[in-house]
Amino acid sequence: MPSRVNTSAGDTLGGTATPPSRGSREFTVKARSQRQIVFRRFRQHKAAMASLVVFVLVVLFAFIGPLLWSTSPSFMSNDIFTAPDGPHPFGTDSNGIDLLSAVMKGTQSSLIIAVVVSVVSTSFGAIYGAVSGFYGGWTDTIMMRIADLFLTFPIIAIAIMLDNRFQAEASSLWLLIAVLTALFWPGAARVIRAQVLSLKEKEFIEAARALGARDRRIIFRHLLPNTLGSIIVISTLTVAGTILTETALSFLGFGVQFPNTSLGLLVTTNQTAIEGGHPWLFYIPGVFIILIALTINFVGDGLRDAFDPQQTRVRA
Amino acid sequence: MLVYSVRRLLQSIPILVASTFVIFLMVASSVDPMTPYLTKKPPLSAAQLDSLRVKFGLTKPLLQRYWDWLTGLVLHGTFGSSTQTNFHIGQQLGYAMEVTLRLVIGTILIALILAVIVGVTTAVRQYSKFDYATTAIGFLFLSLPTFWFAVLLKEWAIQINESTGTHFFDTLWESSPNPPSGFLPQLGDGAQHLILPVVTLALLSYAAWSRFQRASMLEVLGSDYMRLARAKGLSPFRVLFRHGLRNALIPLTTQVALDTAALLSGAVITETIYSWRGMGLFFINSIEMADPDSVMAWLLVTAVFVVVMNLIADLLYAVLDPRIRLA
Amino acid sequence: MTDRNPNLGSGEELLAVRDLTVTFPTADGDVHAVRGVDYVLRRGEVLGIVGESGSGKSVSSLAVMGLLPKSARIQGSITFRGEELLGLSERKLMKLRGKQIAMIFQDPMTSLNPVYKIGFQLEEAILAHNDLPKDKARKRAVELLEIVGIPFPAKRIDQYPHEFSGGMRQRVVIAIAMANDPDVIIADEPTTALDVTVQAQVLESLRTAQRETGAAMVLITHDLGVVAGQADRVLVMYAGKPVETGGVDDIYYNPRMPYTLGLLGSLPRLDVNRAERLTPIQGSPPSLLSLPPGCPFMPRCPLAKDLCAEQEPELVITDTPEHWAACHYSALLAGKQADEVFAASAEDAALPEEYGAEISGVTGQVTNTVEEVAE
Repeated sequence: MPSRVNTSAGDTLGGTATPPSRGSREFTVKARSQRQIVFRRFRQHKAAMASLVVFVLVVLFAFIGPLLWSTSPSFMSNDIFTAPDGPHPFGTDSNGIDLLSAVMKGTQSSLIIAVVVSVVSTSFGAIYGAVSGFYGGWTDTIMMRIADLFLTFPIIAIAIMLDNRFQAEASSLWLLIAVLTALFWPGAARVIRAQVLSLKEKEFIEAARALGARDRRIIFRHLLPNTLGSIIVISTLTVAGTILTETALSFLGFGVQFPNTSLGLLVTTNQTAIEGGHPWLFYIPGVFIILIALTINFVGDGLRDAFDPQQTRVRA
Repeated sequence: MLVYSVRRLLQSIPILVASTFVIFLMVASSVDPMTPYLTKKPPLSAAQLDSLRVKFGLTKPLLQRYWDWLTGLVLHGTFGSSTQTNFHIGQQLGYAMEVTLRLVIGTILIALILAVIVGVTTAVRQYSKFDYATTAIGFLFLSLPTFWFAVLLKEWAIQINESTGTHFFDTLWESSPNPPSGFLPQLGDGAQHLILPVVTLALLSYAAWSRFQRASMLEVLGSDYMRLARAKGLSPFRVLFRHGLRNALIPLTTQVALDTAALLSGAVITETIYSWRGMGLFFINSIEMADPDSVMAWLLVTAVFVVVMNLIADLLYAVLDPRIRLA
Repeated sequence: MTDRNPNLGSGEELLAVRDLTVTFPTADGDVHAVRGVDYVLRRGEVLGIVGESGSGKSVSSLAVMGLLPKSARIQGSITFRGEELLGLSERKLMKLRGKQIAMIFQDPMTSLNPVYKIGFQLEEAILAHNDLPKDKARKRAVELLEIVGIPFPAKRIDQYPHEFSGGMRQRVVIAIAMANDPDVIIADEPTTALDVTVQAQVLESLRTAQRETGAAMVLITHDLGVVAGQADRVLVMYAGKPVETGGVDDIYYNPRMPYTLGLLGSLPRLDVNRAERLTPIQGSPPSLLSLPPGCPFMPRCPLAKDLCAEQEPELVITDTPEHWAACHYSALLAGKQADEVFAASAEDAALPEEYGAEISGVTGQVTNTVEEVAE
C-alpha cells in the first residue's frame, strides 16, 4: 500500500484553544506498514503466541539440552526399564538407554527433517504453481496433471516401494526427505497457483507488462512476493505435517532407520511398551510429537489469520 | 450436464493411462521377483536363474512388458500372474478392497456428518465457548499421530473389555474367525470390529473438514445474498439452511473427494494396527513376496479409485453449483 | 424552480428516524458510523440520502431494517407507522421485512443466490408473506418480471442469476422488493455497481416500482445526478451526521453548507459553456474512529475559522423552512458558486499545509465576517 503523502500523522485528538494545523488534524489514525499489521494481528492471537513460546522451548530443549544433559543417547546402562525418576527423568528402555537424551536427539532429528522438507517442498511447489498459473492454457493443464499424479497414489505405497528399491541408501535420511518432499509439494503448488490465477488479472501485472517486464521478472518480483502470506502459512503447516507423516512411515518400517533416530522411530520401537508395563516409553515420545505438531499448527493458524486481509475480529 | 460429465470422463482416461506407465516403471525397478531366489542356499545355478528370468518375463524389453501387461488387462481382463502360489490376483484384491472400503466409507460418513454439524454451529456461534472448545479439540486431533493414537485406543479398549467383562470392542481383524450366522448378527459383528478403526481414522478427517466447513460457512454468512434473504423477511432457519448451507457445502464435497487418497494412506496404517486383512496387508505382502504383478494391480486399483472419486467430486460440484455447468 | 411533488410535506408519516446513532466496536476502538440522524419519510415521496463512502448513509438504512451485525450498538428511535422498530423481536421484524419495508442492495452480482433459479427466489419472497398456491405465486412472479422490464419473463423465470446481466439482475432484485407492495422501499446505491447506460434502465425500473406500489422511497447514493432526477427531498451526510437537508431544488440551487457546495462544484456540467477546471474538494473524509471536536469538515473547508474547530455545528434552519444546514457560516454561502469558495486545482487529493480562503487565484475572497453580513 502506498503511504500517505502527508506524514505529519499524529494522534492529535486534542481540541486546544488554538486549533492545530490542518495537516495533522486530517489524519488522526496511525499509518502502519503491512509487516506491522501482520505482527500486530499475530500478537493478538493468544493461542498462537503461547504456542510459539512453547515451540521455542521445545527447540531449545532439543538442541541446547544435550549440552546440559551429559548422558549420551547411545549409552547402554545397566538400568533396564526404569521408570522416570532421578538420574533418568524420562526413564530407560530395554537397552538401558536414557530416554531423555534419546528424546532430545529424536526431536532434533525430526525437526531438522521437517524443516528441510518444508523449505524444499514449499519453495519448489510455490515456483511450480506460480509458473503453471502464470502461463495458463496447455502448460498449466499438463503441469497440474503431473502434480495431480503425485496426489493420486497413496504416499505410503510409494514410500514402501522406493524403500524397497533403495535398501542400501535407506539408512541415510535423504531418501526419506525426498519422499516427504514429493508428498507435500503438490499441495503448495495448488494453493499458490490459485492465488496467482487471481493475481495475474490485477492491474499492477498489466502495468508491469506494459513497462516491458519479462515473464521471469513478473513471476519472481511481482507475483510470488504477493503470495508471501500463503507461502509462510503453508511452510509452517508442512512442518507439522511432516512430523506426523514421518511417524507413520517409521511405524511401517520405512522411515528413519537405525543408526539415525527420530521421535517416530522411538514410538515405533516402543509400541508394545504399554502392555509390557513400561508405558512411559510409549507416552513420552508421543507427547512430544503431539506437542510439536500442536504448537506449529496453532502458530500456522495464527499466521493465516494475521495475513488474511478480510478478517475482522470484533471485540464484542 | 451430460456433455460435461462425458467430457470429464474422457479427460480422466489419458491421465489414468499415463499413470499406469509411470507406476509400471516404478514397480519394474523396485520389485524384483528374482529377489528370493538370488539369496537361496545352496545358490541356484546360472541356468536355473536364467530359466526363472524367462519365466518371469524379465528378458523382454521394458516397453514390451508394459504392453503385454496393458493388453492383458484391457483385452483379457487379467491382472497378470502372481509369483505367489495359488494366488488369483483379481480375486484376492477384490476381497481386500471390500474390507478396506468398509473402513473408508464408514470413516467418510462419520467424519463428514460430524464435520458439517460442528462446522456450521461454530460458524454461526463464532467466538463462543463452544467454538473455542471445538477448535482446540480439533487442533489436537490434527496433531495426533494416527498410529500412536490407534495403539492407545486399542489398549483402552482392551482395558474396558476386561473391566466390564464383555467383548464389546473387537481389536483384532475385521471380523471374527467364526462369524455368527444371519444377516443382522453378522452386521453387528462387523460393526463391533469396525468401531475402533473408524474412530481412529475419522478423527483426523473430521478435524480438517470441520475447520474447512467453518471457514466456508463463515464466508457464506457474510455474503450479500444472505442479507437479501433476510431482507425478504424469511425465517432465520430458512435463511441458514436453504441459502447458507446449500452454498457452504459445495467446497466441502470437492475437498472430501480430494482427501480420499490421503484417507487410503491412513487406512493402510490403521488396518495394520488392528490386523485387518485389507488393502494394507495385501500391499505389504506383495512387496515382501516380490510379486510385481500384484503390486501393479494394487496401484492400478487405488489409482482408479482416486480418479473416480475426483470425477464424482467434479460432477457433484456441477450438480450443486449451476455456474460450473457452463465451463 | 419546479415544484416536483405537490403533495410534499402533506402525506402520512411512514418512517421517522430520530437521533439515530450506530457504533461498532473494533480492534482499534469504537467506530462512530452514525452520529445522530433525523429524518421523516412521508407517503409517496422520494428522499435522497447523499454522501461519500463512510458517511454513514448505508448503515443508517441497515439499522432501519434491523440488518446490522449483533455487535453494533444502536441508539435513538426508528418508528414505522408509529411502531418503534429498535428493540423489536426478530419474529416481528421478519414480518415487516419484505412486506412493509423492502430493501434493494448495491451489488447485483452478489445479491442473488447463485444456486437457485430466479423464479424460486421471487416466489420465495411472495410466499413468505402470502398464503398462495404455487402456481399463483409463479404467475405473480412472471407479472413482476414483466413490470420491471425483463423480456420473455415466462422463459427467463427458470434461469439462474449468472445467466442475467448486471442490470437485469438488479431489476430482478427490484422485482423482489416490489413483490408484496411495500410501504417503504430503501434502495442502497442501486446503480453504483452498474454502467451509466444501464443505470438509466434500472432507475426507470425503480420509478416504475414506486409508481406501481405507491411506496415511499429512500434512495441512497453518492451520485448527485441520480438524486437530481429522482428525489423530492435530499439529505446530505458527512462523517456520520446530516449536514444539510431540504427540497431538491433548494439543495441544488442554493446550497448552504460548504460540503454540498463543493460536491456540486466537482460535477462536470454539460450546460455550462466554460472550459475551466473542476473544483474538487481536497483532502479526505476523517476517520470515524477518532473524530476531533468541532466540525468534521473543517480540515477541508475554505471557510473554516476558529469556531469551527471548537464547536460542531448543529442543523439550523436557513432562509427557507424545510431547508436546514449545519454550518456556522452558512449565511456566507448564499448565492455563491463553488469556484468562488473552493480553489480550482488539479493537485493531488492530499491537503497542502496551508489551505484556506487565502489561496491566491480564487476569484472573490470570502472575508466577510458573520457580523458584516448580518448588518
